[in-house]
Amino acid sequence: MSFPLLTTTAVVPALGAIATAAVPAARRTAAKWLAFLFSLATLGLAAAVLIRFDPDGARYQLTESHAWIADFGVRYELGADGIGAVMIALTALLIPFIIGAGWNDADPAPGEEEETENKRWRPTQGFFALILAVEAMVIISFAATDVFVFYIFFEAMLIPMYFLIGGFGDRAHAAGEAEGAKQRSYAAVKFLLYNLVGGLIMLAAVIGLFAVTSDQLGEGTFSLQEIARARASGELDIATSTERLLFLGFFFAFAVKAPLWPLHTWLPNAMGESTAPVAVLITAVVDKVGTFAMLRFCLGLFPGASDWATPVVIALALVSIVYGALLAVGQRDIKRLIAYASISHFGFIVLGVFAMTSQGQGGATLYMVFHGISTAALMLVAGFLISRRGSRLIADYGGVQKVAPVLAGTFLVGGLATLSLPGLAPFISEFLVLVGTYSRYPAAGIVATAGIVLAALYVLLLYQRTMTGPVKDEQVRRLPDLRVRELAVVAPLIALLVFLGVFPKPLTEMVDPAVEHTLSDVQKKDPKPQHPTAEQGWFDYKPAAPAEHGGGEHE
Amino acid sequence: MESLIGLLVGAPLLGAAVLLCGGRRLDRAGHWLASVLAGASFVLGAVLFFDMLGKDGEHRALHSHLYSWVPVEGFQADVAFQLDQLSMTFVLLITGVGTLIHIYSIGYMEHDERRRRFFGFLNLFLAAMLLLVLADNFLLLYVGWEGVGLASYLLIGFWQHKPSAAAAAKKAFLVNRVGDAGLAIAIFLMFTTFGTFAFAPVLSSATDASEGKLTAIGLMLLLAACGKSAQVPLQSWLGDAMEGPTPVSALIHAATMVTAGVYLITRSGAIFNAAPDAQTAVVVVGAVTLIFGAIVGCAKDDIKKALAGSTMSQIGYMILAAGLGPIGYAFAIMHLVTHGFFKAGLFLGAGSVMHGMNDEVDMRKYGGLRKYMPVTFVTFGLGYLAIIGFPGLSGFFSKDQIIEAAFAKGGTQGWILGTVALIGAAITAYYMTRVMVLTFFGEKRWEPDENGNEPHPHESPSVMTIPMIVLAFGSVFAGGLFKAGDSFVHWLEPVTQHSHGDSPVSAATVTTGTVVALLLGVGAAWLQYGRRPVPRTAPRGSLLTRAARRDLLQDDVNHAAFVTGGSYLTRSLVYVDHKLVDGLVNGTAATFGGLSGRLRRLQNGFARSYAVSMFGGAAVLIAATLLMRAV
Repeated sequence: MSFPLLTTTAVVPALGAIATAAVPAARRTAAKWLAFLFSLATLGLAAAVLIRFDPDGARYQLTESHAWIADFGVRYELGADGIGAVMIALTALLIPFIIGAGWNDADPAPGEEEETENKRWRPTQGFFALILAVEAMVIISFAATDVFVFYIFFEAMLIPMYFLIGGFGDRAHAAGEAEGAKQRSYAAVKFLLYNLVGGLIMLAAVIGLFAVTSDQLGEGTFSLQEIARARASGELDIATSTERLLFLGFFFAFAVKAPLWPLHTWLPNAMGESTAPVAVLITAVVDKVGTFAMLRFCLGLFPGASDWATPVVIALALVSIVYGALLAVGQRDIKRLIAYASISHFGFIVLGVFAMTSQGQGGATLYMVFHGISTAALMLVAGFLISRRGSRLIADYGGVQKVAPVLAGTFLVGGLATLSLPGLAPFISEFLVLVGTYSRYPAAGIVATAGIVLAALYVLLLYQRTMTGPVKDEQVRRLPDLRVRELAVVAPLIALLVFLGVFPKPLTEMVDPAVEHTLSDVQKKDPKPQHPTAEQGWFDYKPAAPAEHGGGEHE
Repeated sequence: MESLIGLLVGAPLLGAAVLLCGGRRLDRAGHWLASVLAGASFVLGAVLFFDMLGKDGEHRALHSHLYSWVPVEGFQADVAFQLDQLSMTFVLLITGVGTLIHIYSIGYMEHDERRRRFFGFLNLFLAAMLLLVLADNFLLLYVGWEGVGLASYLLIGFWQHKPSAAAAAKKAFLVNRVGDAGLAIAIFLMFTTFGTFAFAPVLSSATDASEGKLTAIGLMLLLAACGKSAQVPLQSWLGDAMEGPTPVSALIHAATMVTAGVYLITRSGAIFNAAPDAQTAVVVVGAVTLIFGAIVGCAKDDIKKALAGSTMSQIGYMILAAGLGPIGYAFAIMHLVTHGFFKAGLFLGAGSVMHGMNDEVDMRKYGGLRKYMPVTFVTFGLGYLAIIGFPGLSGFFSKDQIIEAAFAKGGTQGWILGTVALIGAAITAYYMTRVMVLTFFGEKRWEPDENGNEPHPHESPSVMTIPMIVLAFGSVFAGGLFKAGDSFVHWLEPVTQHSHGDSPVSAATVTTGTVVALLLGVGAAWLQYGRRPVPRTAPRGSLLTRAARRDLLQDDVNHAAFVTGGSYLTRSLVYVDHKLVDGLVNGTAATFGGLSGRLRRLQNGFARSYAVSMFGGAAVLIAATLLMRAV
């Protein structure tokens, strides 16, 4: 039996969580370093997954399969396709940055120090242990090819997330300490309840799926590959109405998580109240499980129903894009602004998934990765800024670039990535989603294109109001520029955005075959161009001599 | 030779990267590094140019495929360059004028503490602009297209501490983004129509597609061109862009970037040639803008804004010519190049004047400066003669050709366009004479500012005047050189095609007409500003003057249409999201699971136990269901 690489990739951060939690209260710094090292080890393992993965090989690789709950056909089945592999890599990549950025976020406030020394409650250790716990669960979710295994971890990650949102917030809250704790608690419970309701509905669908498979196959199964095989051979033939109901059950949970309009309202609360690194964890990592699961489970298990639901889903995605962007324009709170921008971006991802074209789905997958990196860059710098001034309100800033030019510069790059400037990675994914959508649904493509204008508006407004102009007041004048640790967190993210914007090929090569598999699941083919220009392959293509350019003659 | 094309873009890109990431250590040498790299790019361009001249016209294009950029099933985007005569013309203009302006900026920005960053941005602009004109496909062109938009944003807002500069930068980027969206949609259309967006296959098989498709593509490309080239209706950003340092106005907002729209339309000629309706839209935009910009230029007292109106108007000429099809492409580009020389020279001259006048921009506070700044006066004066089309100078040849081509369009359209172009020539002569007279002639009108500092106008250092002198040479001789033996037309013909068209009026008549228009314009301005003293504060003026001072109400229209409505919309949406969507979802859930009740009760401190019990409930539910299945 081969080495269980995927399981190990998830077990290492889980062990790290336990180890970090066990560090004595007084050894806070040791706990931080321990967590950081575990996250690096996980990153190394994720890199191994990427290297071991052969894009031209079987659809699912590095597979593991063990009987688990035999009576219900539940198997512990893991496997990575190109999409899952890059999502695991994204998760493992971002966690060290999240830990590095949140280095001091869970320290006891000065004065509290003494009290906490002797108590059993160790917030610092808890903070980093919870982050690693989330990482472990997210990785399993990306790797699971058994619906039940996926479901368990999809739900279980709510618990550490709940404590991360509710237990740790920004030091200074505009509304005062007590009110701040109240709002945090509200945000955490709202997050939990929304996702639990989604999860419960999904649970009904999971059970329904089991009922259908056990009826038709004689033995119930949750295995994606088994179900796909049975469907292909005709053994499994889900009735149309059942399939649609099951699809809706799954989709609802994922749409809450993604989040899709109108189920999005928990996100601004959660991202606004939590610390910036946790906000990144929510939007860049945890929420991606939702859009990823749409690709893998909704489309993979219920192709017919996915096709049936497409018009509605596309409409919701378009609403998310435009609505999220407009609301971002109207925000007065930096973090909530970024949260609404994310809602707009999730609209793009869902749009790409349901456009059912190679470019759309390939773009959506890249979008998940690139949005993760770009939002991390923007949000973490925003967090550094907020921690300096102790305010999330845009109106409390102004002229920051004068006193902290490096901070302002990195903030601008993060913002430019968010508005998908060409040359930075998100441009590629956004363009692919748009072109992929346009080729099947031209009207939707054009509406979504409005999103790129609105994105420029909210990003540049934010930059203008916070960074430019005369220095706002004495408090802003005293803001220090980025520290070494902070720069070490942001610089690699920016370098990655530039590198992947210029040379995304390593990722597209991973993702492309997986997208083709997904498209064949739903039996969709890309729309053909009306007047294809060249019969020969692109790489053999030699540009015509200039004389033929304007002539209008067709050879 | 092909491998040099990449270096052409690479040199300034390297400079930008080094200067922007390098930190303070480079403060003392950064501007030299940037200028040397810009110069290196120019030398590379010249080497490629002479190599190109050695080949015959049909075989001059070079192609260089660097790597496959975004390979996705059914979608191929490459980083690949194409250097043909059209691109070559731009390369020489961009790197040549660019290098001169780098040198000029060494003097102009000498006392700015952020000079290193300024030069980093300038290099970034050069790299993006070169990418724009060297790309061999529309997607890579798009990268350069937005890249120059970014550089423009950074440079307009270079003095970010001024709220007006920050606002102008944002406005420029946003208005341009509207145009960019047009370019994006044009690329989508090409992709669905042809399956590719590389120049060669799209342009060579353009006629396969239906006229409707081509018209749609053409109109979207026009939208893009309107944004970048500040053409009506996306013109409103250019005047505000004058907030940037003057060398930026000269390089980006006069000589190069704003002409990218003309490049785009000329490059996509094969599409426009087969879409007459789109061509009509192009000429209408060009004609409207050339009058619009000229009128605005007449009313501005800010020397840079007057020149900005003029730029808008001159690009209107180019767009008009490009919309004429093969009879106009070559002339559009020819005027673009001569305009690059004289307008850059005029802006540098304006910068030199401001430099000597404590950054005063109001021409009513100038007067009689010819005595104090002789070099600036002569170079500016030559630029002035060139732009108004004084016989023998650059602008005369290039503008005359466009007016002639406009008549040659034929039919009523030809008459209308030709007449508009002639009227434009008269207005050009008027507003440029006004600028010239207000600045350099008459009595001195400056006075001490509120701190009691009176300006002491003086000539600028030679690091600034030498670039102005070089550009003045271009303003005088380039046109004649291009016209001699129709060399410019022959040079571009293999790429753009050329036909003479059928003009209802003879060339001599057109030339006479332009000269008469020129004299009328100059005379009118002389009567108004030369013969009597100029008041220091602007008189109230007619309704048209007042409207023109407000840029013909462009901002008022935009404000009413987008800003007011938009901010109302976003504010009400914020309310709706908070009260309605959130409330509705919570409410719906409440009917099923008592969600809102739980939300309300979380205030009492049992939130945590609630959450845990909820999750516990879910776990029990799973177990129970599974058990039931098992039984």
